[in-house]
Amino acid sequence: MNTAFAELHIDHVSRAFGEHIALRELDLTIKGGEFVALLGPSGCGKSTALNCLAGLLPLTGGQILMDGKRVDTLPPEKRGFGMVFQNYALFPHMSVRRNVAFGLSMRKVARTERERRVDEALRLVQLTDHAAKFPAQLSGGQQQRVAIARAIVLEPRLVLMDEPLSNLDAALRLEMRSEIRRLHQTLGLTTVYVTHDQEEALALADRLVVLRDGLVQQIGSPEEVYAHPANRYVAGFMGYRNLLPVAMSTSDTVTGEGFTLSGVNRDGLTEGAAVAAFRPTDVTVADTEGENTVRAAVEIVEYHGREQAVEARLPGGEALHVRTESRLAPGDEVLFHVPRERVLVFAP
Amino acid sequence: MTVTAPERPSLKHRLAERGVDRTLLLLVPGVLFVVLLFAYPVLYGLQLSFQPAEGGSPFANYSTFFSDPYLADTIWTTLRLAIPAALINVLASIPIAYRLRGRFRGKRFLTTILVVPITLGTVLTAEGLKQYLSPVGWFNRILMALGMDEPMRLVPSWTAVLFSLIITGFPFAFLLTLSYLSGIDPTLEQAAATLGADWRRRFRYITLPLLAPGLAITFCLTFVLAFSVFPSAYLVGLPQGETRVMSIAAYEAAFRDGDYPMGSTIAVIMAVVMLVVIALVLAWRSRLYRGATGGKG
Amino acid sequence: MRLGGRRRKSSGVSTAQLPAGRTAERPEYDPVRGPSGRTPSENLDPPIPAKDFRRRPLTVGGWLVWGAVAFFLVNLVGLVASVVVNSFAVTWFDTWWPSGLTAQYYSMAWQEMALLDVLVVTLQVSAAVVVLSVLIGVPTAYALARRTFFGKRLITVLFLLPILLPPMTYGIPLATVLYKFDLAGSMTGVIIANLVPSVPFVVLTMTPFIEQIDPKIEAAARMCGANTAAVFGRVLAPLLVPGILAASILVLVRTVGMFELTFLTAGPGSQTLVVSLYEAMFSAGIRAQQAVDAMAVIYTGSMLVLLVIALRFVNPTQLVTRLKE
Repeated sequence: MNTAFAELHIDHVSRAFGEHIALRELDLTIKGGEFVALLGPSGCGKSTALNCLAGLLPLTGGQILMDGKRVDTLPPEKRGFGMVFQNYALFPHMSVRRNVAFGLSMRKVARTERERRVDEALRLVQLTDHAAKFPAQLSGGQQQRVAIARAIVLEPRLVLMDEPLSNLDAALRLEMRSEIRRLHQTLGLTTVYVTHDQEEALALADRLVVLRDGLVQQIGSPEEVYAHPANRYVAGFMGYRNLLPVAMSTSDTVTGEGFTLSGVNRDGLTEGAAVAAFRPTDVTVADTEGENTVRAAVEIVEYHGREQAVEARLPGGEALHVRTESRLAPGDEVLFHVPRERVLVFAP
Repeated sequence: MTVTAPERPSLKHRLAERGVDRTLLLLVPGVLFVVLLFAYPVLYGLQLSFQPAEGGSPFANYSTFFSDPYLADTIWTTLRLAIPAALINVLASIPIAYRLRGRFRGKRFLTTILVVPITLGTVLTAEGLKQYLSPVGWFNRILMALGMDEPMRLVPSWTAVLFSLIITGFPFAFLLTLSYLSGIDPTLEQAAATLGADWRRRFRYITLPLLAPGLAITFCLTFVLAFSVFPSAYLVGLPQGETRVMSIAAYEAAFRDGDYPMGSTIAVIMAVVMLVVIALVLAWRSRLYRGATGGKG
Repeated sequence: MRLGGRRRKSSGVSTAQLPAGRTAERPEYDPVRGPSGRTPSENLDPPIPAKDFRRRPLTVGGWLVWGAVAFFLVNLVGLVASVVVNSFAVTWFDTWWPSGLTAQYYSMAWQEMALLDVLVVTLQVSAAVVVLSVLIGVPTAYALARRTFFGKRLITVLFLLPILLPPMTYGIPLATVLYKFDLAGSMTGVIIANLVPSVPFVVLTMTPFIEQIDPKIEAAARMCGANTAAVFGRVLAPLLVPGILAASILVLVRTVGMFELTFLTAGPGSQTLVVSLYEAMFSAGIRAQQAVDAMAVIYTGSMLVLLVIALRFVNPTQLVTRLKE
């Protein structure tokens, strides 16, 4: 049953809760073996999409096809997908071993085979020594591993992960991140991964789906989404922290209050209001006035080791975020420079 | 899966959106039960109360009740017992629960001791009071050994019924108050202490306001318990006089005189009076702050 | 009013508001909080010692409070002891202590009042009420805890009223109806009458319990391939056992102690212990006061045993209806 598939087609899937439309016509094709991340802030519809895929929520519209066969009419237990939940959802009254074995005994897998596969799964997530413990006796990271083992022991044709790392602390999160990627590769899984952390999505996924208010904003590889965000919203989400309100003056220059910038016109604007987007890391301290320099007063300086995170005030009152190795102090009047190819101009 | 295919899940979905799915079938036995054995008898009793045994106007039973002082006065008799009892129970449990909140050795033991009277039940409490408070009982013996001239006549009396209501009602009030108090985050008081409030002011300005809604509920529940007083009013009270409460009147009408319509009438009035008192308390409560009490999570 | 107990507490809280079944004996399995969201550091953090904070010399007010508690308890002991001592008394009149002690009134009470039969009836009635109210109440509680639907408030109020109203108010019409259908006066009638407050009580106790089980756990079971029967049998039922146990014991205590409803519906062969005790007291004079007291002691003794059992499984605060907010 759980053989790999060639292609999963999510065909214009929508989901509404009463008046509120949580997901609008999501259209996405996932190839076997792919790692797809659904990315967006809370309430963007990414978890709704995952639950629809899992069968935990019925669809309002659209269909889900696996190699041409409809699966959205099947109940969750018949779809043969594995799922890892945000809060792990381990069965608190079962030992680690019985948690992992649960799915196999539901499928009536023979005892010896079951034991073998549970051992294998526990070995994969390095929990062999904790097999007899109960979930409450484990740390957060260990619980997470149990949840992953429980999902992959079934060799599911699709693994769904709902913000699996958001309850872990920073160090553990990095460790589990590589663990998930490793399991995906070694087991040849197909994974759909939901997260609000763009760094996590960029690090893990083959393909990103950025969502906002239930609508797809951009689908693309990490490089595409990172370097070429489709709109100002995706840009903001991808670390373009400086989103300055400006007005178009020519097709590739914009003016704000007290500065003029040249940039890449992404939305083909010719006049009117626009937004100039660039990353704090692309801003440097300039020696002399010239193209794409702005003057700003340093207000807050945060120490980040080699770098400093600086918040400066532009003449018009907007904040300018800068990440620089230059040592600045509050009160300094500084001239900053942004390369023109790093400034993206979007419709507001 | 031709034309009807998209239609079917859509209807199911629309119902599921309103919470209607097969899970609701689980409600059927419970709802059927409560409708048949609670709602139906209550409505039947209500309808019966408008059908006087001797015929006449549908309101005859009600006008009889309110025009006959022997019946109408039971309302005040009941309230005069139930309100003081509920107030005493709630007010007494505040300081005790306040001292018992937090954790310390022996808390469970003390709590258990205070809860034991629940096992006594009204009947045994009445029996005990009858003997303990009797002119030759230990209570009067101790008082006389301490220099009283003659024994106090405590049973049967209004006071004895009040005592029995306190003995059976206090544990409930205490437990509820304690659980409400434990629900208040202790760090709130610690925060107030760092701001310079002594324990009196911490209690007055932090604990009490957060506790007040819970106290209202506690009052309601102990009031309900006291309001339905029946066995002790008979056994240690004056069932034809000072402790002729509504349940006695209702019981006598229905089962001694066989006048079910009158019995139902009194039961209806009893429910209305009780609900009015509770509604008043809850109306007061709705004006209080009822948000989170700082419990974590 | 809304059902309460949904709060999830972290570790530094007294046991007072943790729902039933949360005893320290089973650290590995916490049906209430589940494993969610606890990092190891959170588990290791020592709770703030609230005790140190509130330690202060006992003030006048403190002495007054403890004095009042002591006074209450002393009188309570006196009250209970009066009954116990009298039940063993040969004769006791106008003295501090009876003239002699004997157990003969216990055997008298046992025989004359057919106590064995009464106890058997009490047991049968309570067992039937417990089983039936759990069977009816738990599914209802599940549906109420998991779904929001049109008319839910109305149903909740309908389940709240039998607990809130004095038993006398609905007991009289209920008894009237039961007499109309020839059910009163029999054990069936007594069981039906006692179910009326018990089923809502189970619903009210179980709803917060079920709410505290993360629906994601059910979803996880489904994703593992469990069908509806398996979700209920393998995942929900084991998680609900402590709650069902707590609710059952509380219903048992309430049924054994329920006077009014049984009194209104019982016939000669279907009286429970409380009601025959009341009858015995009410007809005092026909038989020796000591025999009546012996019966009262037996009643209190059995209630005490039940309470001790209950307190092993149930948090004391649950003896009171879990009505909050």
